[in-house]
Amino acid sequence: MAADDHHSSGHHPHDHDHGSELSEMQLRVRALETILTEKGYVDPAALDQIVENVETKIGPHIGARIVARAWVDPEFKRRLLADATEAVNSMVGFDPVSSHLIAVENTPRLHHIVVCTLCSCYPWSVLGLPPVWYKSFAYRSRAVIDPKGVLAEFGVTLPADTEIRIWDSTAETRFLVLPMRPNGTDGWSEEELAELVTRDSMVGTGLAKSPQEAAPRAKQ
Amino acid sequence: MTNSIHDMGGMHGFGPVEPEADEPVFHADWEKRVFATRVSMGATGLWTIDGGRATLENLSPLTYLQSYYHRWFSGLERSVVAHGLVGEDEIAAGRSLRPGRGLNRRLTLDIAKNFRGPMAPFERPAPGPARFKAGDRVRTRNINPPTHTRLPRYARGKVGVVEAVRGCHVFPDSAAIGAGDNPQWLYTVVFSARELWGDEADPTVSVSIDAFEPYLLAA
Repeated sequence: MAADDHHSSGHHPHDHDHGSELSEMQLRVRALETILTEKGYVDPAALDQIVENVETKIGPHIGARIVARAWVDPEFKRRLLADATEAVNSMVGFDPVSSHLIAVENTPRLHHIVVCTLCSCYPWSVLGLPPVWYKSFAYRSRAVIDPKGVLAEFGVTLPADTEIRIWDSTAETRFLVLPMRPNGTDGWSEEELAELVTRDSMVGTGLAKSPQEAAPRAKQ
Repeated sequence: MTNSIHDMGGMHGFGPVEPEADEPVFHADWEKRVFATRVSMGATGLWTIDGGRATLENLSPLTYLQSYYHRWFSGLERSVVAHGLVGEDEIAAGRSLRPGRGLNRRLTLDIAKNFRGPMAPFERPAPGPARFKAGDRVRTRNINPPTHTRLPRYARGKVGVVEAVRGCHVFPDSAAIGAGDNPQWLYTVVFSARELWGDEADPTVSVSIDAFEPYLLAA
């Protein structure tokens, strides 16, 4: 909780005094789970499985594979940009996001950023659960009105004439940013390229890593 | 509630965004239990995804502004009480005082094994043709319903351009209040930052929302 609260703007100050607060939350959460289990509404083994899935099965490694494939396979990229749901499903073998995934391509002229100003909508099945900053009030409030300021806080500065497009996730459509392929990666394999694809680069608050940033690598 | 604290786009005062290096999926064990329990109870089908969102939006602003999983926990407690699954007395006692009611659907271990996110599709057969097409100019309605909506305040009464038609989807404003799917066409509508924020806004910035047809007028 401490780390979560540290990164959640606008929380009540006494959250930092997490000794008693933490144990109170632990107790309340445990009590509710016990009630729901005793009543037969939830199965603790199923809850364990859900936690295991979101901690180990889903995550940005899936999105990174998709991006790397799009970088090396023009036909896959075409299909991804035309219908990401179909392209991703055919590649990774599961229905990616209920029904409607949309991939958007960053170019030297246009940079995409994804946000959910109203809650925390995020493409779980290809990126995993969202990081705390994505759910933070600072990001939700400012991405649509001050995107360059937000990018600067991620250490990203774009050329002044780059157009910026913010996608506010207001429906059950989910967005995956296809970042630009870094220079100096000619001839790299899909697997090697996937190592350069960061979670933030697929949300639009980062860029893919350069070969130098990714070092040390076997190839160098 | 529509005009509540959750509708944050364009607000000032929340400070800088603070990315955390090597962030874990959860920051405490209780967060894991809150997450999994909320997912599991959501799968009962007793409330919709928008009904769940509405419950969070109806929390008092101070409760809403607690951490993410505090908020989820508060919303979950409210939902199970509101739907008659758990009594206030049981919440106070911290234990079950009477048998549970029957559920039509329950998230079993087998279902959980395939869990990768919300599992129900939201697209629906269209009741009629789409009113708008890519390239059309539209104005969002100025609406302020006291119930759930997915038209953010910053994008009300604004002129934009339809960029894509996304199919026909469950209408959140209806689903949240138990009024059924009421499927509506969904459009990606793009606004210039200047249209949204005024003449001082950055001319290189545009913002899109995905807007349901009832939110839109021809412009």
